[in-house]
Order: sequence, then structure tokens, then C-alpha cells
Amino acid sequence: MTTVKIINPTGHLATVPFEEESFWKGVEREPDFICADSGSNDIGPQPFGSDTSISPASWQKHDLELMLRASRELDVPMIVGSAADTGTDRGVDQFVEFIHEIAAEQQLDEFKLSAIYSEVTPEVLVERIDGGEVVEGLNGRQSLTRETVDNTEHVLAAMGVDPYIEALEAGADVIIAGRSVDAALFAAPAIWSGIPENVAYISGKIMECASLLAEPFAGKETVLGTLTEDDVVFEAMSDYQRVTPESLANHAMYERADPFIETVPRGELNMQGCDYISVDDERARVTGAEFTPAEQQTIKLEGAGKVGERYMMITGIRDPYIIDNLDEALEMSRDNVEKQLDVDEYELHYHVYGQDGVMGDFEPSEETPHEVGIVVEGIAPTAEDAEEVTMRAGMSFFYLRLPEIKGTGGTAAFISDEAMPAQPAYTWSINHVIDVDDPVELQDIEYHSVGGGSA
Amino acid sequence: MKHVQLPEVTKTVRSKNAGIDQITFDIVFSEREIYEYVKEHQLLTEERVLSKFNFSKESIDVFVYFDPAQAVKFTIDRRHPNGSPGEHDLYGAQQYPPLFDITLSLPDRIVESNA
Repeated sequence: MTTVKIINPTGHLATVPFEEESFWKGVEREPDFICADSGSNDIGPQPFGSDTSISPASWQKHDLELMLRASRELDVPMIVGSAADTGTDRGVDQFVEFIHEIAAEQQLDEFKLSAIYSEVTPEVLVERIDGGEVVEGLNGRQSLTRETVDNTEHVLAAMGVDPYIEALEAGADVIIAGRSVDAALFAAPAIWSGIPENVAYISGKIMECASLLAEPFAGKETVLGTLTEDDVVFEAMSDYQRVTPESLANHAMYERADPFIETVPRGELNMQGCDYISVDDERARVTGAEFTPAEQQTIKLEGAGKVGERYMMITGIRDPYIIDNLDEALEMSRDNVEKQLDVDEYELHYHVYGQDGVMGDFEPSEETPHEVGIVVEGIAPTAEDAEEVTMRAGMSFFYLRLPEIKGTGGTAAFISDEAMPAQPAYTWSINHVIDVDDPVELQDIEYHSVGGGSA
Repeated sequence: MKHVQLPEVTKTVRSKNAGIDQITFDIVFSEREIYEYVKEHQLLTEERVLSKFNFSKESIDVFVYFDPAQAVKFTIDRRHPNGSPGEHDLYGAQQYPPLFDITLSLPDRIVESNA
């Protein structure tokens, strides 16, 4: 019977360096593959739009080095997907460069590296749209238009298992891939080794966040998945964690809209019939997942577009009379900007902590706080305009002309009299689904020889 | 019957982004017997949850009892994708507290045997 062992040291590479002790315990178990996911759209559109990492290079290199050393010691493939937080071409190149550096520093013997790129050039999409193809939007978005593509900085096609399988088939020892479906980078080596798709995908889905599948809570410890044709058994490599049916089921529904159905490029995973069963005090297993291949494979497209330059200003208010009349105060702030400034295009948002800063419109509480902190967020096409808008909106709280004001020395408290530059504002402009006939048509796969003294 | 607040009988009450357009909530009960009773008597429903938050019925996309985790899960549509200008909670992680206000009426014996 086919058995495949996969270890995963981290749910998101380099957000914090992963723990070494449990990792080497995982390596001792002689896994067949070492895999980790390196990106997520959870971090918001800003890194995708600006094409930057959120994690420091030193942490990225720390995690990659440990994985690479283990991979070469055991001579088993190492797989990293959604490289450098965004999985953009820059992210892939960044990690490929680190792999070269580490191989030279560690004087590793020669190995084969595959770089898989998943950024889609705008021309490719525009051509398809112009040719009449409808690229459907998710969650009520309109179908993709040329304008939306033009307003998006980097378009990513979240790859499924097929590009990974192609690279493994070509003998890759190390795979650094761009934006991927999280489960795919675990499911791919399993499928390539002969594990059926239902077990492969449920394994990937549950183990892609590493030690979050075990209890008690821990972020960066290694877990081991042992896959057979019938089931997958999970085990925590740290000595203070254990895996139970509840911890697995709890994690299976984490960050998912629906605990029963998941769509990947190749088809649909149905978890309705899943059983989560205890193996012993430390381990638990999952059976009963079903996979239905899609008639037409589809790939999710993601991308962020820039909204403008952004500034923020913090002000505090303690006067209960003003707090009782906060709506009017906010209105006055908006009015001042609208009427007094000569700025054509801008956006203003007010974050009122103490009232509804955390929940916004969802906030049910009507309690009156004794103080509020207001963060003014101003966005405009230029930094100059964004700063001006934000300053004017923020300063208006200091000079509030409410009828019965007693505090005529100033109606707001500042830490310092300034609007602070923030990262530019971005928004997710593309969240669409595109048909693919060839499952690797939107990816570019390259091969390099690394190590062994090669440059 | 005893009236218990949700935090007394749950080990996890959380919210988090599910993709960029939705926020998903998980209410995980500490004891299976309590979960089964709540499920059988439908003590948690869409309406019950709606009454604690200020969002519309149309924005609830999923509401299920998930037996393997002894949990109730519901998912709502965000007004704007995560990280848009004016974002209140980038990761959607702090939207659950109004659920703490929910009171459940449970039979005495169930509360006592699961204390």
C-alpha cells in the first residue's frame, strides 16, 4: 500500500521564524516531502498591489535554509508555494535568489530547482476578454473588463496541483512557486506519488496551517501527515501538542466560509462524509472525503489596484458633550474639507475607537464611552493632497464650533500636531474565475541547476 | 432550566476572514452533550445571531451546525473586501464579541453534569 509522509513547519513562512526543535523531530521521521505555504490574501491588498513582502528577509531566509538543509540531507523534495507573501514573480525570484545563496553558503551538492511563476500579463487577459470570453467575478463582482485589468497592479492565477506535478515529474528537488491554492502544494506531491485525490486534497486542506491543527494552540511547530489510499493520520512533532478528532475538525473549518465544500482548479472536495477518528493519545485521522473532478477546470484570479496616497491623523476627545454630538462633529469635519479645500479627488474615513472603530456598521452597542479616539484616514491621488485633506479633517476636531462648547481652549487632544504618512491605499480589484483547458497554461515553469559549485 | 451565557459553555468563539469577501464565525461548544442539546432544540439560529449584530439577513451566506467540531458556523458577506480604504478589521478577527451576550436555556441536569 502506498504511504506518503509530508511535514509542514509553518502555516505561513516567515511571518515569525518557525521552531527548529519540532522541525528536526519531523525530519527524523524521514518524510517524503517537506512543504510550506508562504502567502495569503488575508494580509490584504496592499502587499499585492505594491508587490512587497510583509516578512523581513532574515526570517524568510531562516525558514528556507532549514527546509533546504533538511531536504538535501534526506534527498527529498522541498516545496514552497505563494512565495514571499504575495506569490508574485518578484516573490518567486526573491526566494530563488535565497536558495542560491544558501546553497553556496552551505556548500550543497548540485540539485534541480524549479521556479513556477503565476503572474498573468495584462495582455493575455485583455486578449481573451476582447475575444468575447466572459471571466466571471466572485461574490457579485461584474465580469472582468479591460478597465479593471488596467487598474490592477499584478494579476495572479492561483495554481492548483498540475504545475507542481509537472515539476516533480521533471525531477525537481526544490520547487519555489508563485500564488497557489493552499492545499495544492501538499496535494500535488501526494497525487504524484499515487495517493487518490480525495485523500490528497483533504490532507492539504487540513495541514497547510501546520500546528494550528493540533492542541493546545501553537503557531510555528511542525506537523506530520501520513497519507495512504484510505486516510491521513496527523501527528504534532512538538512535545506539548497533540492531535485529536476535535482539533482536526476545528481546524478543517477554520477560515472557511463553508465547512463542507471546497473548490480547487481540478474540481470539488466534499467533506460532508468525513470522519475524524482518534488513533491514540497523540494522533488522529480523517477518512471519508470525496472528490468530484470538474468538467471544466477553473483558476481563481486575484489582484489589487491602487486607490491613492494615504495619510492618517489621531485625535482624542474626552468632553462628554462632544461625544454626545459626535455625528455632528464628524459632519463638520467633512464639511470643512469639502468647502475649504481645493482638492478635487479624495476619500475620507473616520475610525472612531470607543464607539464603532472595530466593528463599524456591524456594531450593536449604543453605550456612551467616556472618551473616544478618532483616526482620520485621508486618501488622494497625490501625497500632498492626501496630507492636506487629512490635516484639515483632523484639525477640525480641535476647533469644533458646537453651540454649547465650554472647552474653548481646544476640543481635541493630540499626541503631536501632525498627519502621518501611511502605506498607499489599495483595494482588491480582481477576484474572478477563469476557465483553463490546459491546467498549466497560466503558469511558467523554469528549471535551474543549483549548488555543486555551480554559479 | 438554567440560563447560561455563551462564554460559559464554549471553548472557542472566533471570527476570521474566509477569503477576501467574507468573515466566518465559529462557536465551538466545550461539551458534546450541550452542543447536541443546542442543535436539537435549535437554540442558535440565523435570527438569534442577527439580533446580536447590526447586519442584514441577506448578508448571511452560510449557517450550519458542524458536528465533528461540535460547533455552529456562520459566514457573512463583508461590505467591502478586506483591506479596502476605511477597513475596520483587516483580518476580521475581532467581530465575535456581541455573541457573548447570548443566553441559552439548558436543562439543569445537562448544566450540572457538564460543569
